[in-house]
Amino acid sequence: MNNNKEHIYSLLEQVCDPEIPVLTILDLGIVRDVICADDQEIEIIITPTYSGCPAMDAIAFDIKLKMLENGFNKVKITYTLNPAWTTDWMTESGKSKLKSYGIAPPQNVSSRINKIMFNEEQNIECPLCHSIHTKLLSEFGSTACKSLYQCNDCKEPFDYFKCH
Amino acid sequence: MNKSSNQLIDYTLYLGDCALILGQRNAEWCAHGPILEQDIAITNITLDVIGQSRNFYQYAAQLINAVENKNVTEDSLAYLRTERDFKNLLLCELPNGDWAQTVLRQFFFSTFQQLLFEKLKDGPDEHLSAIAVKSIKEINYHIKWSGEWVIRLGDGTEESHNRMINAVNNLWMYTGEFFIAADYENSDLILLKNKWLEKVKDIFDEATLTVPENVFMQTGGKTGNHTEYLGFVLSEMQSLQRTYPGAEW
Repeated sequence: MNNNKEHIYSLLEQVCDPEIPVLTILDLGIVRDVICADDQEIEIIITPTYSGCPAMDAIAFDIKLKMLENGFNKVKITYTLNPAWTTDWMTESGKSKLKSYGIAPPQNVSSRINKIMFNEEQNIECPLCHSIHTKLLSEFGSTACKSLYQCNDCKEPFDYFKCH
Repeated sequence: MNKSSNQLIDYTLYLGDCALILGQRNAEWCAHGPILEQDIAITNITLDVIGQSRNFYQYAAQLINAVENKNVTEDSLAYLRTERDFKNLLLCELPNGDWAQTVLRQFFFSTFQQLLFEKLKDGPDEHLSAIAVKSIKEINYHIKWSGEWVIRLGDGTEESHNRMINAVNNLWMYTGEFFIAADYENSDLILLKNKWLEKVKDIFDEATLTVPENVFMQTGGKTGNHTEYLGFVLSEMQSLQRTYPGAEW
């Protein structure tokens, strides 16, 4: 059995986020490390996107299932909070997949999150008509990681994966 | 158990209790928010703070089990302790009142939480520091959202302005407790008070609200002496585990 890191990562590439199934957990930057011990035990270290992300338990379960299906019986999932997850870790391919799925990908780096009252992130591109004339409807959307925007041109409301 | 590990456990429970009880209160808005987007906003904030409380409880459970040889879990800490065991700030357990009171409570709390967590971030305990760093990113959004609401209502119509004044009058007496150190806290907590007042004053100025002066301050939450409201919050939150111990779904 080939239990090298590369093989494990190729299996993790097949585990998707339950809320946004177009993204794999590698695209999201949730997987922080994989440790293969001599006795066939694998430790997979993951980090939550948000403290209260309800998808974490499902993700841990899906990882274990994927590993079991491929003959890895001794799998330990470890959660880490440090360093804290950021949207800066999202892969470029993840961002383009998000966009074609209809969710605007995070634009700025997390250090540039705007804390000024009533100041919204500008020029978020509408994933449908690609206009940048869009407006913020609410900084909290259908999941913890998204905010709600609307396109001023095609009028379509859409999710924006907000910077974190 | 030595004094310092006992203090760390109490402190971690205090941080978890504040987040959980405020989360439980905010969750009462679920499906009752003024409009759909704001219903989603307050429940998203709820999800964040309950997530934070889980992180604190998991750490507290680890500490307790190490020194006391017990088998507590994040769930037993949330669902099986009684009123006097909870150390949350009184502010967190108060009834939601109207929307003005709910957003003002969130603004007071999040502004305090941010200052406290900035200190925890650089503190000696690595675990608390990691939870703080993670939480601060969420808290920034909470402050922005609740601060905007305080301004929108304070500097809004006569009706919304009056509601905000009522909210200030109802809640102010519960903010003094933030800065009075319990025996499990560092006494330099008082240093955060002026920073907090400064931030509140900035928003109040924009909201055309006045910071109250010489108000009697209620205390007791941090040492388990609560308002009559906490018992009702717990009886609802814990009823399932009390009735069907160990129930899962």
